Amino acid sequence: MKLEIKDAPGQLLAALKPISDVGGNIIAVIHQRDEKHRGGMLSVQIVLELPEQRLKELTRMIREQGVNIQRIGHERLLYQKAVMLIGHLIHTDLGDTVDRIDCTGFAEVTELNISMPAITQVSSARLLIKAVNKEDMEQAMAILRRVAKEKEFLLVEPLEEIE
Amino acid sequence: MRVALLGMGSVGRGVLQMIEEKDLGICVTAVADSRSALIDKDGISIDEVLEAKARNGFCGDRSLTAMDVVTGAVYDVLVEVTPTNADTGEPALTHILSALEKGHHVVTSNKGPISRDFSRIRSLAAAKGVQVRYEATVGGAIPVMHMLEHGLAGNRVLAIFGVLNGTCNFILTRMAAEGLTYEQALLEAREMGYAEADPTYDVKGIDPAIKLVILANTFCRKPVTLEDVDITGIDLLTNDALRLAEEQHCTIRLIAEAIPDRGILRVAPRLLPLSHPLVVEGTLNAITIETDMAGEITLIGKGAGSVETASAIIGDLLYIRDFHAERHPKKA
Repeated sequence: MKLEIKDAPGQLLAALKPISDVGGNIIAVIHQRDEKHRGGMLSVQIVLELPEQRLKELTRMIREQGVNIQRIGHERLLYQKAVMLIGHLIHTDLGDTVDRIDCTGFAEVTELNISMPAITQVSSARLLIKAVNKEDMEQAMAILRRVAKEKEFLLVEPLEEIE
Repeated sequence: MRVALLGMGSVGRGVLQMIEEKDLGICVTAVADSRSALIDKDGISIDEVLEAKARNGFCGDRSLTAMDVVTGAVYDVLVEVTPTNADTGEPALTHILSALEKGHHVVTSNKGPISRDFSRIRSLAAAKGVQVRYEATVGGAIPVMHMLEHGLAGNRVLAIFGVLNGTCNFILTRMAAEGLTYEQALLEAREMGYAEADPTYDVKGIDPAIKLVILANTFCRKPVTLEDVDITGIDLLTNDALRLAEEQHCTIRLIAEAIPDRGILRVAPRLLPLSHPLVVEGTLNAITIETDMAGEITLIGKGAGSVETASAIIGDLLYIRDFHAERHPKKA
């Protein structure tokens, strides 16, 4: 979201505090000092994660602090992961494989690149999966692991080091 | 320091050659292969024993066995470098336990006994006040055990990720670089002498899983076994998958992974960015250790080879000599 705040000490904090109060997670704060507006106001862009139903409450709380919200952008699926699937992807109903992720509501297959060399040979596919948050991504991966086992696919997951 | 050596394969011969070439203060008082043995408390002639092995296919007296060496020879350290038996660990396990029981240090490259009976071996060594060292079991020449035990002493190991099988890494490198099929790359690995006639242990991920067990038992308090590892090999991978990965500036490597806090022990092909430190070429091995104090440390090196493995064995021998045994002058 893009906020307009007074260029005075404590104002940024006043704008940020409600975010943690409603359980949001601030990912980035971009401070645009060169872009001064009328009456010494500053534009600040904040990238954050928030449970969808808390957004209304948050905007109310921020406005109560005297901060003007200029714009709220919306990217629902923030987490993405590319994986490979190798096996008889077509003959085991590719639509169903994708659907098992899509039907969760919290994760989607947003890209699919597939290579099918010959009818008797196995296919290889790269899937891009997006999810609302990390936990949902982990759940989506668990579903994919189950599907891979059931349909005898080799699932190649990315190596992600621990934080 | 007096050494008795079991196993005259590529590793055993490499160890003998390096002891002979370098003035390390190590005296070999006995050797054994699968068919014979040679014992001399004043030190055997390494040149002669290597020549006899090359000429006859065995090293010494056909009436003597490895067990005669373990129980009858005069030595400070038993060097056990016979081939791995992953199912029972035998006969190496019995030889190691007998040597420890008699109060001798043990240095081994044998993954069988160390992965299967680590607790038993370690507790017997502790009870007898002797050392068991096994640097050569994992990562060939890479001194990962020394790093874990000494270099990173006091750190808590949060995770280990490794490319621990040179054969698989060679196959994946060739599939990615030349667009070879898995079968073609495997054939090439065989021709180069990197893959066994029966490559199952490598390509199904069992060999790296055994090495992961050894690593995990070295840095985790809770003992683990091969049955605890979730294993997927590389034999179902396609060159199409590698190409699709490359389009995203990624590639696929067989990664062994241990994250104790999450109970993860896994060997599986994984997608990695091409710039990742674990993306090494050919038969190289690589190991990343993540710790609480030191952060991330990656070691890369040769995972196999006669002299490379001898480097790990000799490192262990000299560690024992310097910290746990008296130096014994080399016999002329």
